Amino acid sequence: MDRKAKSTAFFFDNLQNFLFVLPAVAIFCVFYIYPFYKMINLSFFDWKGIGPMHFIGLANYQELMGDRLWWDSIIHAGYITFIALTFQNVLAFSLALACDREIRMKRFYRAVFFIPPVLSEVVVGLIWNWILSPEMQSGHPTGLLNNLLFSSGFPQLAHNWLGDPKTAMTTIAIVNAWKGFGWGFIIFLAGLQMIDKQLYEAAKIDGAGAWKILTNITIPKMLQLMLVVVILTILGCMQVFVLILTLVSEGLVNHTDVPVTRIFAAMQNTNRFGYACAEAVIFGSILVGISFILKKLSDKAKQ
Amino acid sequence: MKINKYIMQRMAKSTLIHVFLGFVTLLCLFPLFWMVRCSLMSNETIFIDKGLIPAHLNFGNFAEAWTKGNLAGFFFNSIIYTVCVVGGIVLISSLAAYAFSRLKFPGKNILFYLFVAAMMIPLPGSFVALFVLMTKLHIVNTRFGYILCLINVGLSMSILLLKTFFDKMPSDLEDAARIDGCTKLGIWRHVALPLASPAIAVIVIFNSLTVWNEYILATLLLGDSKLMPLQRGLMVFQGAHSVDYPVLMAGLTIAVVPIVCIYLLMQKHIVKGLSSGAVVG
Repeated sequence: MDRKAKSTAFFFDNLQNFLFVLPAVAIFCVFYIYPFYKMINLSFFDWKGIGPMHFIGLANYQELMGDRLWWDSIIHAGYITFIALTFQNVLAFSLALACDREIRMKRFYRAVFFIPPVLSEVVVGLIWNWILSPEMQSGHPTGLLNNLLFSSGFPQLAHNWLGDPKTAMTTIAIVNAWKGFGWGFIIFLAGLQMIDKQLYEAAKIDGAGAWKILTNITIPKMLQLMLVVVILTILGCMQVFVLILTLVSEGLVNHTDVPVTRIFAAMQNTNRFGYACAEAVIFGSILVGISFILKKLSDKAKQ
Repeated sequence: MKINKYIMQRMAKSTLIHVFLGFVTLLCLFPLFWMVRCSLMSNETIFIDKGLIPAHLNFGNFAEAWTKGNLAGFFFNSIIYTVCVVGGIVLISSLAAYAFSRLKFPGKNILFYLFVAAMMIPLPGSFVALFVLMTKLHIVNTRFGYILCLINVGLSMSILLLKTFFDKMPSDLEDAARIDGCTKLGIWRHVALPLASPAIAVIVIFNSLTVWNEYILATLLLGDSKLMPLQRGLMVFQGAHSVDYPVLMAGLTIAVVPIVCIYLLMQKHIVKGLSSGAVVG
């Protein structure tokens, strides 16, 4: 009898503890696990969102393999990511290096550089859309950038930056870098500040120059953090979507498509839910694959 | 003489650094300055007045954006969503993180690793399936459905962050409370939560930013313009005022000011959260 009471108490104790995590687990199962399963499941069906569902096996995936627009969109996102990895992260790292010392206004700089990342993509897109506007009013461009080019004597450089397929992707990538470099900057600065300053002093006494210190102390010490920033940049930039929507709206659809716009279009414009899910599965697998490889590399760097 | 040269070198170096940092600062702030500048002009002067600061300040655009553009409604919606989602996340994630850190129950580790895995696996297209689910549950186009979806978005990260915090926290105070006869829920409420306030501040600020700036789910789930949050509303607003730049810029300024103010006030927590998150992860 005593043992039974004990085990009942034990059961209720566990139940009580479990109740603490129940709300989180319930929301997680309904809004994460189920959509995850449903996404894979739907990718094998031909379905318009309502009405009958037809099981078509791998047909969606087969079609996807030959879909030029889809693979183009991945290349576009890859291009934005490439600019972010090179231009944006190098800028972020050099800014962090510049700030990692006793200088005046350090806190001011740090506060300012993180303002673009806290703005929403809608706001950033619409502001830059206006700055880059190609419209002309009585012989003068209305957009700030073209206006500056006109008044500084380079009217031939004025350009429809977002409307021309040749420059559109680069312009989008630069705006994206403008919005994003603050993240890398803050993370790099925090990492730099954790490096023991005595190492630098010792190297200086041994006669090492600034470049030697950078390549032999700073970069090896920061390698792991750099890989984290690289992973975050890739995951963030590959999924860019709202920025493109607000910068070019419907203007240049096929030239500035990224995977998420394709998924959206398949779902909302053509009502092909199954195909949209197949795209999402492939895209998600690519991202998981990339971050998995980089994670392995980062674990290696840790050793 | 030699010392002089050394000082000169140092000064040149620090000037160079300040020029570099100052240039990037200008690059960061100028688009925002331009937005505010244009929001103070009228539709006639915006194409004529080339000055940095407009000759005639026109505050009417803000009133027009606020009332005629219905930004007031969108703004109000965004506040409701942010408060509800962030409140929900803090409540649910602190309960769960406390249990993961301190309490025992079967399946604890598996459940916890599920949350961690969820954070690592990006689901870029899950919104398609999410939309299907919401339609089935009949909570498309409701505030409730949107709030639940957003709570889910921030949950994993918050649980992970809080659990790491609780793990490092000494449990002496909790033991004392238990001996004094406090229930588990009471300990969570009166001991653990107050002690975790630095970590909770980080969660509040990051999730507020996410919710305030959220766009994709709002587009997908909320078709009714009465329910739209600010970012979605801005796109509707832009569609209606696509050529009326001063009013559009006034609308954008209204959307930017609160988030920048909150950011500047809570800056410390952002830096802390980002650096601890990145260094750990």
